[in-house]
Amino acid sequence: MAEAAPAEGLAAAAWLLIALPMAGAAVLLLAGRRADRWGHLLGCATVLAAFLLGVLITVDVAGLPERSAAVELFTFIATGSLDVRAGLLVDPLSLAFVLLITGVGSLIHVYSVGYMAHDPGRRRFFGYLNLFVAAMLLLVLGDSFVALYVGWEGVGLASYLLIAFWYRRPAAATAAKKAFIMNRVGDVGLALAIFVMFAQLGTTSFEGVFGSVEALAGGTLTALGLLLLLGACGKSGQFPLQSWLPDAMEGPTPVSALIHAATMVTAGVYLIARAAPIYDQTPTARAAVLAVGALTLMIGAIAGCAYDDIKKVLAWSTVSQIGYMFLAVGLGPVGYAAGLAHLLTHGFFKAGLFLGAGSVMHAMGDQVDMRRFGGLARKVPITFVTFGLGYLALIGFPFLSGYFTKDAIIEAALDRGDTWGLVLGGVAILGAGLTAFYMTRLMLLTFAGKARWTDDQHPHESPPVMTVPMILLAVGSVGAGFVLVSVAPLADWLEPVFGEPAEPEHVIAPALVAAVVTAVAAAGVVAAWLFVGRREVPLTAPARVSPVTRAARNALYADTVNESLFMRPGQWLTRALVWVDNRGVDGAVNGLAAAFGGSSSRLGRAQTGFVRTYALGMLGGAVVVAGALLAVTAG
Amino acid sequence: MGDITAPDLSLAALAPLLFVFGAACVGVLVEAFGPRGNRQPVQLAVALVGTLGGLVSVLLLAGRGEVTAGGALAVDGAALFLQAVIAGLGALSILLFAERALDPARSAFVTSAAVPVGSPRDREQAMSPRVQTEVYPLATFAIGGMMLFAASNDLLIMFVALEVLSLPLYLISGMARRRRLLSQEAAVKYFLLGAFASGFFLYGLALVYGATGSIRLSDVRAYAAVGGADVLLVLGLALLVVGLMFKASVAPFHTWTPDVYQGAPTPVTAFMAACTKVAAFAAVLRLLYVAFGTSEWTWRPLVYGIAIVSMVVGAVLGLTQTDLKRMLAYSSIAHAGFLLVGVIALGAGSDGGGSGLSSTMFYLLAYGLTTLGAFAVLTLVRDGDGEATHLSQWAGLAQRSPLTAAIMGIFLLALAGIPLTSGFTGKFAVFRAAIEDGAWPLVLVAVLASAVAAFFYVRVIVLMYFSAPAEEGPTVGVPGLPTTIALAVTVTATLVLGVAPGPVLDLAQRAAIFVG
Repeated sequence: MAEAAPAEGLAAAAWLLIALPMAGAAVLLLAGRRADRWGHLLGCATVLAAFLLGVLITVDVAGLPERSAAVELFTFIATGSLDVRAGLLVDPLSLAFVLLITGVGSLIHVYSVGYMAHDPGRRRFFGYLNLFVAAMLLLVLGDSFVALYVGWEGVGLASYLLIAFWYRRPAAATAAKKAFIMNRVGDVGLALAIFVMFAQLGTTSFEGVFGSVEALAGGTLTALGLLLLLGACGKSGQFPLQSWLPDAMEGPTPVSALIHAATMVTAGVYLIARAAPIYDQTPTARAAVLAVGALTLMIGAIAGCAYDDIKKVLAWSTVSQIGYMFLAVGLGPVGYAAGLAHLLTHGFFKAGLFLGAGSVMHAMGDQVDMRRFGGLARKVPITFVTFGLGYLALIGFPFLSGYFTKDAIIEAALDRGDTWGLVLGGVAILGAGLTAFYMTRLMLLTFAGKARWTDDQHPHESPPVMTVPMILLAVGSVGAGFVLVSVAPLADWLEPVFGEPAEPEHVIAPALVAAVVTAVAAAGVVAAWLFVGRREVPLTAPARVSPVTRAARNALYADTVNESLFMRPGQWLTRALVWVDNRGVDGAVNGLAAAFGGSSSRLGRAQTGFVRTYALGMLGGAVVVAGALLAVTAG
Repeated sequence: MGDITAPDLSLAALAPLLFVFGAACVGVLVEAFGPRGNRQPVQLAVALVGTLGGLVSVLLLAGRGEVTAGGALAVDGAALFLQAVIAGLGALSILLFAERALDPARSAFVTSAAVPVGSPRDREQAMSPRVQTEVYPLATFAIGGMMLFAASNDLLIMFVALEVLSLPLYLISGMARRRRLLSQEAAVKYFLLGAFASGFFLYGLALVYGATGSIRLSDVRAYAAVGGADVLLVLGLALLVVGLMFKASVAPFHTWTPDVYQGAPTPVTAFMAACTKVAAFAAVLRLLYVAFGTSEWTWRPLVYGIAIVSMVVGAVLGLTQTDLKRMLAYSSIAHAGFLLVGVIALGAGSDGGGSGLSSTMFYLLAYGLTTLGAFAVLTLVRDGDGEATHLSQWAGLAQRSPLTAAIMGIFLLALAGIPLTSGFTGKFAVFRAAIEDGAWPLVLVAVLASAVAAFFYVRVIVLMYFSAPAEEGPTVGVPGLPTTIALAVTVTATLVLGVAPGPVLDLAQRAAIFVG
């Protein structure tokens, strides 16, 4: 990784990227009702301004020899050997994310103006959204793992607040809690990784850590890689922490589009790409990334086939597509650019799909059950066309975005040349077929066939403030892949970060791969037509189904596994400790008392609060302490 | 034995203690001779002058390092830093004592604690407009005892200080105006168990004296350095540690904490949670570092184990609490465990690092301010029966009083150790010091425990913000000036120590010196 020179010119103003939305959030959340009338406009303006600034900085930095600049912000702690400075790193990788976050973010902000128009909490919504953008920008711009961690927690908080935005719905509150807990599990991994860096290297700055990676022992490196992967899995909804993401769809749809599709959930991919110098040294951790990616892409694709809730299908699709990105970055240098290109194009088409889903829900009075849709193509034509383009891009229709970027990942996997390469490539191709199946099913159920609406529904097209962002994202869905692969290759732009893109040695001719992938996807489309399109759609999901379908409907029992592996033992442990505290110690006292002829009347009473119990506890502790000390001294 | 010579007394070095104890004595005189009508403002002024005067004189002494009073007191960097923290937190607690706007009875304290509960006289005094003013001198004595505790260089002085700080606390925990039986029960429990713990301490003192022939910490150190593993000395150390861990509410010596924290008047709970914790750890640090610094490997495994027990017990049992005061009590137990993680790192001090000592001192300051503020918020939320501390009563508080909910939210986030609050900086410093010292398994447990503990803090935030307010829920009182000042100071400090902790960490680093 090239060392970044101190920033000059526009890049030195990179802190403004974060400060603008942060200021917006502060004003919106603190100003109270006074800001209700203009709050949403301010929210859009700050993000839009950040986007323009991001573009200018990108142009400016592109002219520098190393295409990167370091911005020193302030010294957080500097005392003795403890030295934590806060700074920003503006380089091609962070700029790619800045443009995605602020660009797609601006469109979604604008869309939200229309989507949330009738919600009494609109100002609060924009405040949280701005807070999210600021935290996400800090996450990608920070120049150390600690700065990244602060942003990481910040986006977690914003995501939590936004999932629970309609907190009066119990489902939303539960989903928020689930997201929070699963993210905590991941965060512990990241926090431990940071502590390991501190302990071993005494620094957490990217420059410092990556500069001395080679000094670390192999075991430590592997541990670091696995801990970082755990953090990435939590944030990105990857196996085994995937099940919070579909539940997070309880939040308003623009949130699903921005946070749970385009940006925040890809933070795990960013983390692994950023930590490339660590993964380059540890094949074990890298193999774990590959395994997580391949497994999750299948889990997501299978579960996506079985759900009837339009947003949950899209959410499982997100889980699956991020699995592709993990697979790509797990491949090492050949995969980084491919994975990140897919991340960017996915940002476009998945955000577009979610906004389209939001537009459909808007038309149908917040209905999300696809069995209650049908025949909407003519009622909401703009939504249909934009959604359709996003759909084609996602399933890899030739020459749209997904075709370029997903194929690049599959090719990179096959190019490994060994058996594992074939397995991973095969899994990825199979996933593409499943993707085509569930997305076609979604299209057919929603837009084609007969209307299965409830009586009170009168579908109507959304206002321009919502359709214009959808159109722009559809344009991106169509063209971004071509641009990023052929016109202005992302691999070249990222060269200062990941080194010169290696000339690929193709094991299987790319044209053949493309043909096979397209054929498999076409098979998926046809299968969806055969199973769904030509039949009458029942209004409720059929109960008598094969075990495979049942497993898919239950998301392959991830929740059940989590419950029995973690939640139940956790509850059991808590209960056991409480029991010991309340009854066990007390019971022992009572037993003693009875044995010594005292009253046994209290036996069995689950009451605590007796001084003699406490005193006995202390005495026991004191005996243990004295015994332990003596043992240590004697031994 | 030689001739008895008068010990050297450096009055300047003793000034902080003299100030505080002097104010306490003046308070007693005011109580005896002052006119009843305006005793409250006079007592408040005396107590504040005493504590703030103590604080100022500590600040003026900054940079000193000497042993005085015939070797019984050590006025060094660590003592002065912790004395300043105690005096400052003590002044804030006294402000909480003086709050008159919240309770319809104009005070959190009962007028005569000796009146039987439910008797005609009790009903009479519930109506009377008189307020309790003896709490001010009592609290001032306790603060003085704590400051003496932090500076004691001699086991006997340490014991005297322990009693001076404890006795007033036993009394004022029983003086709650509402739920008097609970309060009296708490006071009796605290007294009985405190006496038990003092017994341990005293027995340990006797054993150490028996082993070394001295009660001076430096003599013990010298003996331990050559004598090595003496059974008497080791047993003495064990019992001393037990006595101190009781005061610091470290599990398994924590059993009194939830009951007493819940029963005592909330301002007193705030005082105990903040100041007693600082004082107890000041003594723990001095005992382990000065007296037993050379036999580090004797106590290290023990403190290691106790730290783990305390963190796990505090974090796990905190999960099931439904009363906020009890929840904060278990939080206090968990935090005691985190502090011990820093104490472990004292071993790193020998090669000039000393980051264990300085980070522990910083943690004490940060935790004291935050917990004091959190208890202060508890005094604001009330229903007809006094403070509403049941968790369910806090549902939807953000809609009733966004400011109160936001302030409580900040304190809870700090207790959970979320970045940009003082709690994060403190944990970060302490964990780092422990890792430097090679205690990474302990830090692993600590990180996991704080992840578990974060759950119950955040649960309160969720409840405040994302639940529908209960019908006939509690009201949020508008605090008077004293509580407002205390809240403003603690909130500001919690945020400043989180965002720009540099100068204070620096100060703690420079103050991390023990003489003696």
